[in-house]
Amino acid sequence: MGIATTLPCIAGLLALSVAAIALARSRAGTWIVYGVSLILSAALLVQGAQALLSGAETSLVLPLGLPWAGAHFLIDPLAAAFQVIVNLGAAGASLYALGYGRHEKEPWRVLPFFPLFLAGMNLVLVADDAFTFLVSWEFMSLASWALVLAHHRDPENRRAAFIYIVMASAGTLALLLAFSLLAGEQGNYAFNFIRIATPGPVTASAVLLLVLIGAGSKAGLVPLHVWLPLAHPAAPSHVSALMSGVMTKVAVYAFIRIIFDLDGLPEPWWGLVVLTAGAASAVWGVLSALMESDLKRVLAYSTIENIGFIFVGLGLALAFHANGLATAAALALVAALLHAFNHAIMKSLLFFGAGAVLTATGERNMEHMGGLIHRMPVTAAAVLTGCAALSALPPLNGFASEWLTLQAILLSPQLPQWGLKILVPACGAMLALAAALAAACFIRVFGVSFLGRPRTANAEGAREVDAWPQAALAAFAFLCVAFGAFPGFATDALSAVTLEFLDVRLPPQADVPWLALVPISAERSSYDGFLILVFIATSASLAALVVWLLGSRATRRAPAWDCGFPDSNPATQYSASSFAQPLRRVFGTTVFQAHDRVVMPPPGSTAPARITVEIRDPVWDYFYAPLAGGISFVAERLNTLQFLTIRSYLTLVFLTLVILLLVVAL
Amino acid sequence: MTLLRDLAVQSVQMALVLLLAPLLTGLVRKVKARLLRRVGPPLIQPYRDFRRLLGKESIVATNGSWLFCAVPYLVFALTWVAAALVPTFATGLLFSWSGDLIAIVALLGSGRFFLALAGMDIGTSFGGIGSSREAMIASLAEPAMIMIVFSLALVAGSTQLSAMAVYLLSLQEGLRVTLAMALFALIMVAIAENGRIPVDNPATHLELTMVHEAMVLEYSGRPLALIELAASLKLLLYASLIGCVFVPWGLAPPNSDLRGYAIGLLSYVGKLAVCGIALAAFETSIAKMRVFRVPAFLGAALMLGLLGTLLRFVSGSF
Repeated sequence: MGIATTLPCIAGLLALSVAAIALARSRAGTWIVYGVSLILSAALLVQGAQALLSGAETSLVLPLGLPWAGAHFLIDPLAAAFQVIVNLGAAGASLYALGYGRHEKEPWRVLPFFPLFLAGMNLVLVADDAFTFLVSWEFMSLASWALVLAHHRDPENRRAAFIYIVMASAGTLALLLAFSLLAGEQGNYAFNFIRIATPGPVTASAVLLLVLIGAGSKAGLVPLHVWLPLAHPAAPSHVSALMSGVMTKVAVYAFIRIIFDLDGLPEPWWGLVVLTAGAASAVWGVLSALMESDLKRVLAYSTIENIGFIFVGLGLALAFHANGLATAAALALVAALLHAFNHAIMKSLLFFGAGAVLTATGERNMEHMGGLIHRMPVTAAAVLTGCAALSALPPLNGFASEWLTLQAILLSPQLPQWGLKILVPACGAMLALAAALAAACFIRVFGVSFLGRPRTANAEGAREVDAWPQAALAAFAFLCVAFGAFPGFATDALSAVTLEFLDVRLPPQADVPWLALVPISAERSSYDGFLILVFIATSASLAALVVWLLGSRATRRAPAWDCGFPDSNPATQYSASSFAQPLRRVFGTTVFQAHDRVVMPPPGSTAPARITVEIRDPVWDYFYAPLAGGISFVAERLNTLQFLTIRSYLTLVFLTLVILLLVVAL
Repeated sequence: MTLLRDLAVQSVQMALVLLLAPLLTGLVRKVKARLLRRVGPPLIQPYRDFRRLLGKESIVATNGSWLFCAVPYLVFALTWVAAALVPTFATGLLFSWSGDLIAIVALLGSGRFFLALAGMDIGTSFGGIGSSREAMIASLAEPAMIMIVFSLALVAGSTQLSAMAVYLLSLQEGLRVTLAMALFALIMVAIAENGRIPVDNPATHLELTMVHEAMVLEYSGRPLALIELAASLKLLLYASLIGCVFVPWGLAPPNSDLRGYAIGLLSYVGKLAVCGIALAAFETSIAKMRVFRVPAFLGAALMLGLLGTLLRFVSGSF
């Protein structure tokens, strides 16, 4: 078991991607590619779970890659934990795509890259030297880039893919630099050498910042997130689920691997930087989601929010670890990992739902939906579960991990640094704000797209999707409930990771009565999702029974009341942008310079009045636009170098030679 | 034996909150009416309303979905479970450990989530206006509440309500700044969460100013009875919360005798009465504010909570 069986599965995925080139144009291609992907990722999932539960480490060196170094592979508990996350999402996406993939008009643009993408992500997790890591990382990036370009005729998708590839290249460059700093003067890129060599404080801090850029841009940390809400929705929905639910977690893995494992002991201020980035991402992501009416883009922005939650957990873990508070660090790390796991489930579920809606209505804009709960009952129930889980409502899984993060924040008065003392409560307030806004965001998502009356003919004529997507939706909705009721199993499994890096673990939750979650001690705090679920179910049934026994049983269907003036036009319903209007007015006017402009027709004219909402993205305006402007300015100036005479070129060559010789001579 | 007693306390509490909740609402209405020199409805009017609504047929709009029909039961259950976890007259609740104060806040958040969805289900503009404004109010009230939880938890060293109450009972020193800030913030949040004046007016008949009432506009008969009961329960919950944390005197400790429970019960009823009368007096003495003034009001609560937490973080002695 371990690495010896994992690598063949990954090799199988690579072989499948080659075979898919030939299979893609045949009718059975979709079945074979997604079917085999499903089997292989399920096998990898089981192996990951086994490795995580056993806590064993297995490694292997293969004569691949650089001839003098070979390719190193390792599965330790951290890699195993993320192997579970990645392959759970991958198995779900494959299952979903068995049905969803058949609607693809050009399957040859998707099928070869799908297994390659899965293989790339899995290889990043098992890589144990910088070369293998970066090659796998690029496999992952490029395969997902190709998948973003699957529907390349849409100019928006081409723009998204371009911005993605630019950001991905910059991110990889940052990681490359980080690894070269870590490898030191000997230039040994195997991780077990890097682990032994302890970098100096300056090097280590530079590595942190580089990794924050490299992994943070892939994860979608603000302000490196700009590509994410463009690229994730552009891909086919099962790939969006993988990119948002899973690939961002690979970036989290890279961050943990490099910072917690390779980069030596953290400095206290590292936590400060990571916390700030996380809290900013959480609030920024959810506020942007509230301003957006494209369903898939809302989900992508919500990913940024949840990545923020994860990074706040990681930042806390770093701050505690730097101060030698191992138990608190373990709690924060477990909270981050559990949220990564939960978010993979929740976000995959919602992207599956968005894909189902896209199949059924051909619409991505929420303003064109409505009333889908009547036409797509299974999808609606599953998406409702996902929305509730992402809004951190008990007793679902999203609440369990956010609760743990809040518990970790409550431990931070122990930190000695003043900066952290002041920043951590502020971060707590930001997280609470983000969680509350997330609830508003998902009320809006579900309420506008699934409830109410259909706003367009497409929504009116929607049909439920076929069995495979339904199965994937139902399975992931079940997981949301299951891990919400029994989060203790997940935290117990994750204790192998905290043992690996911090040498402590949370108290075993399996011994706690009623399977409650007790992070520190029962007097301090405890939460039992299962009991809460039972209580809610019992009280609701009890209420229903009493009402049924004592009350009248007559129910009548009648036109809506609406204070006596119901309007039959579905356009009079609250839309996505009108739902967000109060929040836009409260938060958007300062953050996004949002303002509503009403254009009234002149008196006597029968033209309709119009309201337009203007929203600016300050990150784009003040960071990327000047950057891009600067680059094109420099490029334009340098462009003249291409149109010189041969004499000038000769002079330039001569001057360069002289300068180089001078440098050598001095 | 302890187990049995705790179970009994838990069951009594669950029945008690259910029984007292309409009475508190009735008391607030009565006192408000008296302050306005009206006779007002009798104290037991909410019970009568409940029975009458229960006997009526329920009218569901033609395009109402299953969610619309399920939400009243769900909202009631969520609020009831949350109310069952707040110590009212005794701290030795059997299941109090199954959810701490953060979980209670989140349970109320779940109730609001589903109620807001129900408001959007029929597809009317009033339902939407209610849901959208409720979401806006909640987006500030909930973080404020979490910050209050933080400051309380940092003072008491626990997020468990029973442990908090026990700790605050044992507190010998005088006023603490953090606690005072938390109390003010909690009152502000409680007003907003229960849709009382100045944030929302539970007795309004002007649809455009409604928030909570606009969301439940389409409900009638049995579901409406449950929603009204859930709203009363929520009011009772916040009153119990303020009583349990800030005036914990009289709370029966675990394993106390019958006399202890009797004192606990009496003091609890007394606290509720004080809360109800204070709320009625406050509501009659202030005008409802514009919807877009609410963020400033709740922002102040959030800042108070944050300031209280920061004080605790920076120095242990406040």
